Amino acid sequence: MSEPQPRVRTIVTGESRPSMPRHIKLRHDAGRGRWIILAPERVFNPDDTAVAVLKLCDGQHSVNDIAKVLSSEYQAPVDVVSADILAMLQDLSDKGVVKA
Amino acid sequence: MNEITPVAKPQSGPACSAPMSAPLTKAEEGAPLCARAPVGMLCELTHRCPLQCPYCSNPLELERVGTELTTGQWQDLMRQAAALGVLQIHLSGGEPTARKDLEDIVRVAAEVGLYTNLITAGVTLTRERVERLAEAGLDHVQLSIQDVDPENADRIAAYKGGLAKKIEVAKWVKEAGLPLTINAPIHRQNIQNVPRMIDFAVELGAGRIEIAHIQYYAWALKNRSALMPTREAFMESARYVEGVRDKLKGIIVIDMVVPDYYAKFPKPCMGGWARGIVNVTPSGRVLPCHAAESITHLVFDNINDKSLADIWLWGDAFQTYRGTLWMKEPCHSCPRKEIDFGGCRCQAFALTGNAANTDPACSLSPLHAQWAKVAEEESHAAPPEFVYRRMGAAKTVEPAGA
Repeated sequence: MSEPQPRVRTIVTGESRPSMPRHIKLRHDAGRGRWIILAPERVFNPDDTAVAVLKLCDGQHSVNDIAKVLSSEYQAPVDVVSADILAMLQDLSDKGVVKA
Repeated sequence: MNEITPVAKPQSGPACSAPMSAPLTKAEEGAPLCARAPVGMLCELTHRCPLQCPYCSNPLELERVGTELTTGQWQDLMRQAAALGVLQIHLSGGEPTARKDLEDIVRVAAEVGLYTNLITAGVTLTRERVERLAEAGLDHVQLSIQDVDPENADRIAAYKGGLAKKIEVAKWVKEAGLPLTINAPIHRQNIQNVPRMIDFAVELGAGRIEIAHIQYYAWALKNRSALMPTREAFMESARYVEGVRDKLKGIIVIDMVVPDYYAKFPKPCMGGWARGIVNVTPSGRVLPCHAAESITHLVFDNINDKSLADIWLWGDAFQTYRGTLWMKEPCHSCPRKEIDFGGCRCQAFALTGNAANTDPACSLSPLHAQWAKVAEEESHAAPPEFVYRRMGAAKTVEPAGA
């Protein structure tokens, strides 16, 4: 390859602004009554929390923003929500489902 | 989050009440179709291929070009699949790019909302064609390699200069903005290069690599003694993969398919027969798995005669081993029966003569010890010459048996 790509693991932080790459598709599967994430040779079944987070992964909201939104929506302490979201997004980033 | 991989398993949701332990009965006919629809559809668009890999998953009897479905028939099948509830399609072959109408098929699949995956050897692609496929709505490319050593790769595929071409193709795929998976079929004649294959995939910018130990059906079964690695070589490569997977976390996803000759329990083949995956051959035969035609007493329907939904739900080949009621002992009373579904029906048939027997990959199979011994002996003997995958070649050599 003429231009070697920088290939390092992305570490998700509170300031990260996660988004979903074009080839990752979050869809509601009406027939099966559930949300799904279509990915290369994978189908993920996100739970309700993951769906709520992923809907806010638009490249505009930071992880801190997302934590605030969900903290008020679910009436949960922001630091607890924030820790959960960071762990979830790191896992999704490692799987290539979100970029941050 | 539940991850469904590599073969997706349909999960029950509010709309899905159909029990999967039994073949479907007509009483369920009124239930929503999508509730028990396949998640994935593997489309063998053609059996033509410039490569002759001796482990090809196509049947020994290859289908000829004159019998292939037309563009319109494949497009109609895409519409039927989406309506049935299929989510992902895998465009495979043979070499799917041998079909000049691949873009036209991809376009319709994308329009009806299917996630489209191209499974290619890459050697016939051009930059322009990759761009056209991306424009048509292709979602992902899986590019196979035979080895990272160019001479050995040429020898395995019986094709000159393949690796250099694949490196170019990988670059075009990335430039077109498409995600890339490298598929590396592993056997005794390339297993020593597993670490280099992973490095190679990282350098190419792949997001994922499949370290796909050969599964021994069809051509691979015929060539088993030329392909079977020793248990020691397999264990060494598996240990390497487990170690490097963590180091490369967030850089590349490494999936490993293990050779079931060295496993304790069988693989849940296809995620269970007729549960989540449907396969369509070049001529339109609809199969529960790509190797199913090796079970000689099954009757397969063709998309020319019946709808995809009708075949999936009621086709004889789908109903025969759907669920768990067909099982004999030791499967019948086994607590794992809905985990691995007794393993692979094709392997059970090929090696025991009865597809309803436990897959000999299972340590509970009475034939397991004998079967494991075959792998032990073959992998330590000098490898014979390959029987290359080409029309008629299979007839020149006696079939391999257990």
